[in-house]
Amino acid sequence: MPDKHYKQIVILSGKGGTGKTTVATALSEIAEAKVVIDTDVDAANMHLVFDYYINSEYDYYGGKKAEINPNKCSQCGMCELVCRFDAIKEFKVSRTSCEGCGFCFRVCPDDAISFYESKSGVYSACELEDQSKFYYAQLLAGEGNSGKLVSEIKKKAYEQVKENVKWIIIDGPPGIGCPVNASLSGVDFVVIVTEPTQSGLHDLKRLINLLEIFKIPSGVIINKYDINTDMSNSIEKFIRPEGISLLAKISFDKKFIKAIQNSKTIIEYDHAYIDTFKTIWNDIQKVILN
Amino acid sequence: MVISIASGKGGTGKTTVACGLASVTNNCVYIDCDVEEPNGHILLKPKITLEESSYKIIPKINNDLCNFCNKCTEVCEFNALLNFKTEIYLIDELCHSCGACTYFCPQKAITEVKKENGKIRIGETSNNILFYDAYLKVGEASAAPLIKKVKNAYKGDRPVIIDSPPGTSCSMLEAVKDSDFCVLVTESTPFGFNDLKLAINVLRQINIPYGIVINKYDENFSLLDEYIHDNQLNLLLRIPFRMDIAESYSKGELPTETVKDYKVMMLDLLEKIKKEIVKKEYA
Repeated sequence: MPDKHYKQIVILSGKGGTGKTTVATALSEIAEAKVVIDTDVDAANMHLVFDYYINSEYDYYGGKKAEINPNKCSQCGMCELVCRFDAIKEFKVSRTSCEGCGFCFRVCPDDAISFYESKSGVYSACELEDQSKFYYAQLLAGEGNSGKLVSEIKKKAYEQVKENVKWIIIDGPPGIGCPVNASLSGVDFVVIVTEPTQSGLHDLKRLINLLEIFKIPSGVIINKYDINTDMSNSIEKFIRPEGISLLAKISFDKKFIKAIQNSKTIIEYDHAYIDTFKTIWNDIQKVILN
Repeated sequence: MVISIASGKGGTGKTTVACGLASVTNNCVYIDCDVEEPNGHILLKPKITLEESSYKIIPKINNDLCNFCNKCTEVCEFNALLNFKTEIYLIDELCHSCGACTYFCPQKAITEVKKENGKIRIGETSNNILFYDAYLKVGEASAAPLIKKVKNAYKGDRPVIIDSPPGTSCSMLEAVKDSDFCVLVTESTPFGFNDLKLAINVLRQINIPYGIVINKYDENFSLLDEYIHDNQLNLLLRIPFRMDIAESYSKGELPTETVKDYKVMMLDLLEKIKKEIVKKEYA
C-alpha cells in the first residue's frame, strides 16, 4: 500500500472531562490542511465551539431490531426462551434491550417476528470557516454499536479526503471500550490528555495498556497540572520508562471554562494561548514525523 | 432503593457525588459500573475481600464435525464468524454471545465456552459500605455484559448506589436501567448542558425519574439554570466550583471526609432523593 498523504492523530484520555475536546479544538485551529472528526458519538461536543455549516447529513443504521406481530403470535414463548438479553416479556420486544441478534426472529414457528434495520444515529459532514472538513455524529439515546458509528463516520471522512490534506485530527471518546477501539484504527499517533488526579493516573495506565495492544505511539499532555504538582510529577515519572513523551503541561486557568461557556475555542477566546498551542502542535509534529 | 448516578459528559463529578452519597447512606452498597475506567475505589478505599474473573460466552467450532455449510455465518448478525471452507474463524470481539450459531448448527458442531472479559471485585469500606466494582479486560470491546454482571452480583435489599459510566449509549443504559431514581451530574458549560439533555433523553425513554446536580456551578452560565427552570426539571443541588474540593479529589480523598460542608450537601441530596422515591411510590 502506498504511503498515505496524511497522518492521523486521535486525542484520548481514559478518564472523562480531562480536557480532550479543549485540546482537540485548539490543535484543530492551529493545524493547517486538516480534517477534523469528533468520534465521541455518545456525547459530541466539538460542534459546540466550532463555527461550521453542514454540507450533508446521513442516517446511521447500526443494527436491526425485532418486533412481534400480535396477530400472528401464538404465544408459544419460544422467543423469550432463546433471548439472552431479557428483551422479550409478555410477547413484546423492548427496543432498548433488543441487541439485534435475530435469534427470536429465526426461531419463531409462527413467522410472527419482523426484523428490520433501525436508525440508531445521524452524522454530519460539515465545513469549518477555513473550508476544512469537519465530521460529527449523534448516536440516538441508549443505542448500542457506537463503535460501528465511529467506523462509519471515519470511513466517510476518508472517502471525501482531499489530496492536499496532511492531518486528520480526531477527538476521541472517554473510556477504553468499543468506540475507543474504533477511533484508534489506522491512527498514527495518540495524544493523551490527562489530569493530575489519582483517577487521571489510574485511567491513563489502562489506556496505555490498550495502546500497547494496538502498538500505537503516544504522547501525554498533563492538563491543569498545577492543581496537584505532586500527582503531576508522579504521572511524568510513570510515563518516562514507558517511552512516552511528555508533550506539554498546561496550567489550570478558568479561561478554559470561560472559553467553552462562550462557545469558543481557547485560542479564539484568549489569543495568548495561540503560542502555547502552536508550541504543542510543533512538538507533536516533531514526535510523529521522527 | 436503587439510586444511579450518571452524566452524559465525562468528568462532571459522577464518582465524587456517588461516593459522597454512599458515605452518608446507612448500610449501603456501592457498585461502580464504569467498568472501562472504574475510579470509585480510589475515593472509597475498600478492603477487597473477593476478586473473581468474569466471563462471556463464545462459540467453539469443532472442525471435525463441521461441514462448512455456512449456516452459522448466516445467522450471525454481527459478522463475528468467517467461513474459510477449511475453518470457521471467530472474531470474538464482535461476538454478542447470543447463542444463535450454536442453536442453528445442523451438524451440532458448535459448543459454547467461556472467555474472560474482565474481573469483578467485592470489598468493604471502613464505614461499612459494601463495595463492588469491575474491570473490563483491556482490549475487550463490549462493556455492557460486564456492567450487567457486576450490577446483578449484589442481590440483597440494602440501599444501592450505582456509579454509571459516562455517555448515553448502551453502557450507560445498562447501568441506570431498573433504578428507582437517577441523579444526573452536570457542570456549568455548554458541554455539560448539551450532554445533560442527551442523558435526559435516555432516562425519559426508559421512564426513570431523575434529578439534576450542577457540579462546579458557575452562576455566569445561566443557560443551564434557565433550561432547568423552563422545563420544570428537578434541580437537587448546586455544588460551587471550589479549589479545596478539586484538590481533595486530586489526592484521592473523599470530600465528605475532608471538605467542610460537603457532607452536609450530600445529606441534603440524599434526603431530597428519598423524598422523590417515596413520592413516586405513592403516585
